[in-house]
Amino acid sequence: MKVIIGLEIHCQLNTDTKLFCGCSTDYRDDPPNTHVCPVCLALPGALPRLNTKAVEYALRVAKALNLEVAEECEFSRKNYFYPDLPKGYQITQYDRPLAERGVVEIEADDGTPKEVRITRIHLEEDPGRLVHRSGRDRAGYSLVDYNRSGIPLIEIVTEPDLRSPKEARRFLNKLRNTLEYLEVFDGEREGAIRVDANISLVGHNRVECKNISSYKGVEKALTFEITRQKNQIARGHEITRETRHFNEGRGITMSSRSKEEETDYRYFPEPDLRPLRVRDWLDDITLPELPDARKARFVAQYGISHNHARTLTGDMKLANFYEKVAGDDPVLAATWVADTLLGELNYRDMKIDRVPPAHFADLLALVRVDAITDRSGVDALRTMLDEGAAGEEMELPSAVVDRFGLRKAAGDEFDEVAAQVVEAHPDAVADYHNGKGGALNFLVGQAMRETRGRADARDLGRRIKELLENKEA
Amino acid sequence: MISEREVESIAKLADIRIQKEELGEFTVQFNAILEYFDVLDRVEAAGEGRADLVNVFREDEVRPSLPVEDVLANAGSTEETFIKGPRVM
Ligand SMILES: [Zn+2]
Repeated sequence: MKVIIGLEIHCQLNTDTKLFCGCSTDYRDDPPNTHVCPVCLALPGALPRLNTKAVEYALRVAKALNLEVAEECEFSRKNYFYPDLPKGYQITQYDRPLAERGVVEIEADDGTPKEVRITRIHLEEDPGRLVHRSGRDRAGYSLVDYNRSGIPLIEIVTEPDLRSPKEARRFLNKLRNTLEYLEVFDGEREGAIRVDANISLVGHNRVECKNISSYKGVEKALTFEITRQKNQIARGHEITRETRHFNEGRGITMSSRSKEEETDYRYFPEPDLRPLRVRDWLDDITLPELPDARKARFVAQYGISHNHARTLTGDMKLANFYEKVAGDDPVLAATWVADTLLGELNYRDMKIDRVPPAHFADLLALVRVDAITDRSGVDALRTMLDEGAAGEEMELPSAVVDRFGLRKAAGDEFDEVAAQVVEAHPDAVADYHNGKGGALNFLVGQAMRETRGRADARDLGRRIKELLENKEA
Repeated sequence: MISEREVESIAKLADIRIQKEELGEFTVQFNAILEYFDVLDRVEAAGEGRADLVNVFREDEVRPSLPVEDVLANAGSTEETFIKGPRVM
């Protein structure tokens, strides 16, 4: 059964101030209601004043996603009552949005390129934040924090072009990545992204899932919803056209209290703001290198694989990090960053910006000149990251290597160990000469244990084999 | 022309409770107000308004917010520095 998905994505623009007032958007560690003023608290007589940076950021996004910017656009009031909305209306854009008709290319489930059409992009303000506290005495109340009230958002609406939860996830990753490259968005901020998803099975009613607040959540909510709708149909029930809420903790969607009829928001043009004529600003916007272009350059310039290039450019900070450590051996660097470092970071729930590029370059240099084995390299990396995770200053890998004596055994020491092992295991030596294949491996294993991983198994194997052959002769 | 049913639904959307017997009076008033707009539409000078007045902006510069005591001064009920409101959802 064909699945049809369209998304509405609300992204926070990372301006310093709110959309219509000078309150700081950086309220992260501050108590509730400490970043509010007459405008974002809707005191009588206060008037909105539009943040020019927010408009410029929205235009950057419009340009990057290939949208047509309107010659003139305007703000509208969306009227409804809710405690997080102090004015009784939200200032948004309705019938005259900033930009329309764009396109984003992603990879379809079968790996082929696929275009997702963007319907529109518009600017709007975020409402405040509601906190529901449990406890008997508090059961009848919500707590309201207006620090978020007036935070600038762009809403990006797609056409119903997505065909699976995985495609939706890939689209969102691409979008997030692009917005970060444009430096208008910080995906790590709390509440940075919120998604409403429209989903239906061909020939049946459409359901809207509201308020999904994480990338993983989107895939989960959609997967749940497809299964639910398929089950309904299999049991002979028709799908109710409705709005459902996604419960992130339980991973399910739930029907919202009956708001069956379309709510009448009585949109009308915002009389306190003048229209915008900003299309010609596009001429002054120079887009940075975007993810697809950077990926292609990585392959061409550094000679690394498509897979590595995709992983490395899939996150702007990671790509920046890679370019700092690529150095003389970009292929080696790509392997170590994409295949080793990422896994070690995930394991410790650490971000790439916690790793000093100079430290990592130091590690790569050791591996590159063959001063340590790969295994010792991983050990040194882990030691360094563990120190970082514990909040300590990270040690240079070369210092770790020296402290633990991880440098590759020199030729003399090799020979000595190889000779000792051969001496100590005459049975294995005899087995070897009798053609038992496992004997050499056993001896190499013993020698590896002696050198505690500081030697290459291959080098030791060669040395021991020489000794054994000589012994016979 | 606005009907009594429309007045009733507008009152509901505006969260204003009006009595059944008041509906007639409000409907008359609504229609009278809307008639003024018909008058305004006939005034020639009204035209398109100030079409040249567009792009009014503010720079992205942080200005001080209100002290939290002032923010909470008009709140009927508070907890910590939250404003306490009716339970929703
Ligand atoms: Zn404010």
